[in-house]
Amino acid sequence: MTDVELTTKKDWVSDQEVRWCPGCGDYGILTAIQMLLPEFGNRREDTVFISGIGCAARFPYYMNTYGIHSIHGRSPAIASGLALARRDLDVWVVGGDGDMLSIGGNHLIHALRRNINLTILLFNNRIYGLTKGQYSPTSEEGKVTKSSPMGSIDHPFNPISLALGAEASFVARTHDLDRKHMMEMMRKAHEHKGSGLVEIYQNCNVFNNGAYNEITKRDARAEMIIELRHGEPVRFGAEGEHGVVIDRGVASIVEVADVGLDALVVHNESEPDPSVAFALSRLALDMSSPTPMGVFREVERPEYGHELDGQVARARAEKGEGDLESVLRSQHTWQVD
Amino acid sequence: MTDTDERTSEIQEVERIIVRFAGDSGDGMQLAGDRFTAASAMFGNDLATLPEYPAEIRAPAGTLAGVSAFQVHIADHDISTPGDSPSVLVAMNPAALMGELPKLEEHGTIIINTDAFDERNLQKAGYESNPLEDDSLAGYSVISAAMTDMTKEACKELGVKPRDAERSKNFFALGMVSWLYSRPTDPTVDWIQSKFKGKDLVIAANEAAFRAGNVFAENADLWASRRIVRPAVLPAGTYTNINGNTALSWGLLAASKQAGLPLFLGSYPITPASDILHELAKHRNFGVRTFQAEDEIAAVGAALGASYGGHIGLTTTSGPGLALKSETIGLAVSLEIPLVIVDVQRGGPSTGLPTKTEASDLLMAFYGRHGEAPLPVVCANTPADCFFAAIEATRIAVEYRTPVILLSDGYLGNGTEPWKLPNVDDLPEIHVEFLEGPNHVNEDGEEEFLPYLRDDTLSRPWILPGTTGLAHRVGGIEKDITGNISYDPANHEYMVRTRAAHIAKIADSIPEIEPKGDADGDIVVVGWGSTYGPITAAVGRMRRKGAKVAHIHLRHLNPFPPNLGELLKSFDQVIVPEMNLGQLARLIRADFLVDAKSISKITGQPFTPAELVERIEEAVND
Ligand code: SF4
Repeated sequence: MTDVELTTKKDWVSDQEVRWCPGCGDYGILTAIQMLLPEFGNRREDTVFISGIGCAARFPYYMNTYGIHSIHGRSPAIASGLALARRDLDVWVVGGDGDMLSIGGNHLIHALRRNINLTILLFNNRIYGLTKGQYSPTSEEGKVTKSSPMGSIDHPFNPISLALGAEASFVARTHDLDRKHMMEMMRKAHEHKGSGLVEIYQNCNVFNNGAYNEITKRDARAEMIIELRHGEPVRFGAEGEHGVVIDRGVASIVEVADVGLDALVVHNESEPDPSVAFALSRLALDMSSPTPMGVFREVERPEYGHELDGQVARARAEKGEGDLESVLRSQHTWQVD
Repeated sequence: MTDTDERTSEIQEVERIIVRFAGDSGDGMQLAGDRFTAASAMFGNDLATLPEYPAEIRAPAGTLAGVSAFQVHIADHDISTPGDSPSVLVAMNPAALMGELPKLEEHGTIIINTDAFDERNLQKAGYESNPLEDDSLAGYSVISAAMTDMTKEACKELGVKPRDAERSKNFFALGMVSWLYSRPTDPTVDWIQSKFKGKDLVIAANEAAFRAGNVFAENADLWASRRIVRPAVLPAGTYTNINGNTALSWGLLAASKQAGLPLFLGSYPITPASDILHELAKHRNFGVRTFQAEDEIAAVGAALGASYGGHIGLTTTSGPGLALKSETIGLAVSLEIPLVIVDVQRGGPSTGLPTKTEASDLLMAFYGRHGEAPLPVVCANTPADCFFAAIEATRIAVEYRTPVILLSDGYLGNGTEPWKLPNVDDLPEIHVEFLEGPNHVNEDGEEEFLPYLRDDTLSRPWILPGTTGLAHRVGGIEKDITGNISYDPANHEYMVRTRAAHIAKIADSIPEIEPKGDADGDIVVVGWGSTYGPITAAVGRMRRKGAKVAHIHLRHLNPFPPNLGELLKSFDQVIVPEMNLGQLARLIRADFLVDAKSISKITGQPFTPAELVERIEEAVND
């Protein structure tokens, strides 16, 4: 990838008309990515976006890169194959909470545990948008939707907890109203070797409008967003007056004045054991509780594609380039004259 | 203990024998059968094998459900099936005798391990009285041996624990059978020594048991039962005894070489296809990347992703897995990129008979997707033929940019035959082309790039991500020639018809099919897949009896060979034997308005030539 021409945002914008509902949070995410990509200095042609089905999954059509709009839930699997076959490419996976946590939940956790080099953007709007408003695997209990007129009795996934449970090597959360923070999380996920998962709180203004208002609105953030900063005590509030302590594996919110700064947990995203990150992820109890944002975990683990290519190289070093003739004769043979 | 024994002249020569080794799953009968086969192959016989094992890894010992059997047919002439009824049954326990005796030919030989015929085992097998003591085996020639005791005895001096020694009794049985059928002993002894290298006690025990069985047979005055099958006259060349799953794996390696593209296998373990995953995983030095996915859907998804990136994307499975993959295969139909899908069929529906064979996924291969989603279907016809079928499936996938389903089955996958190794320089070529720049000039004379612009074969270009200037998006939503979404009704109809025409056009690259046997006769027997062996044998027998019969065996199922319809219409009787309820017969009737008569067998076992002759004659006279 030498001699790459510098690009600007508009180089990454495709000629397709964007078809999300006016006001949809997806627009802000699209802009953030299109602004971010020129930073990396990659060619558009070496970049691939792969999605499944859902509103978010229209994403590839709007990117002037290679892309596949595939089938519901399967994007992590398809992207895994591509990323393993072509380690020269920059492969992104984009999808919503229904796509990646319900029908495709299995593929997501396995891509994460394998640590395949993918940057995965999970647009979490806690609702099915494209099918017009059914509850999703991240909808809160009791949610009244078209398919749950008496309230949902499904217990929701916490995507960050799920990813940490799968021992994902990079896990972060951001939201669609803070472009700078989104770009920072995506940048870090992209720099990370292996699977990088970014959960993005995204507003679906048609079917779940304002779901995150209590957390992500500008005037709510100081009290409601617990910004995770590597190496720093976990605290929030306009004056940093609130903090997080962890006691016997359980995180809770305290007043710094009551416990003292030293009692707060110091965030260490590279801690190999995911337990503390998991405890922090449990703080996002609902959509009206203080919620951690930022990088929960970034650890180094062998990247699957690197290991796989390593085995290919080792096999070649040990046995030489594959020779069909000798394979055909590898079992017992006999001669008929 | 050699074939040059002075009494060799007394050995009765026979054209063929069929031996069935049967015992408890833990008795090592597959191994004994396999070694007998190997020794026979080296001796120069033609042969065919049929391993049959229970679905449970450890079925209850001593029960009928736990019986594992291995049938091998050896002959001094060209054969194509594991044979009709076995002439010899090795029964290591009462359950094996109970379950397998009905298959034995009249007056056949039974070799029995009497040590296993205690009250408990007899009861577990469902015997009310001991068949060794009543006269229920009177019509057979019975050779009794206390194999377990004699094996222990033979191992006594070696320092092997009696319990361990007992495990070598399959080699005792093999030793007996080897003597009875005049097999050379060296190949087996050599094999024991190399297989168990480093485990000196195991080598000693197995070898001692094998020799003891051999000597026992020689001394037990079994000369009257001794037979020899002379080597078959086979075309000159180097041979190996191959099973279908291995041949298929090697065919894929060959296809990868011929295409000059690396192979990417996404697979999820499933019987009876897993051995392809195991085999290909050994060959990373060919650039093969095997990826054991989290499920069948991810397996085909990853293969599709790899194909999109320019590898030969491959997924291997059996019926239940093919069902799970169908949505992704539909996406591949829509994306029009190469993908090879191998279905090693087994008894269905659902879990069905996982270790037994059936060929009942044909219509699923044809139609098992939503929407109009045609794709090419090819099949393998013998174990060794799996090699060439794999190359042909890959050729079609790559040259026509389409998913292809390759059908094998459990019988082909596990069955073996001697295979004259092909010359690797003579393998079919596979042409690969990637689009590297604009492929069209518009009305204004400007160059442009149209991802769905088709060539003469109606195939769209294969475009690798990374190619400068060709960035584009594809997806499962209906699209127009630009690859972009189009909901235009006329465009959808155009695309549906064009995708169908694209697959139909593959017939241009398929040679006309020529019937074997009496092309000018009135009767044609049409088959596909693993019925090749039984139909070949059955048609041969009918013709020797004077009937005029032709045999057409298909490799290409979709599209059919271009002349198939005309050819079938030239016969009065079209008979279609299948291991399903008549799926090919239905397709033939639908496509050609030919009155095809179906012969079905769905027992989990292949047709035997004898039953096929009978059924064909019945159908003809019907
Ligand atoms: S339905 Fe919701 S998520 Fe979908 S485009 Fe409209 S606002 Fe966005």
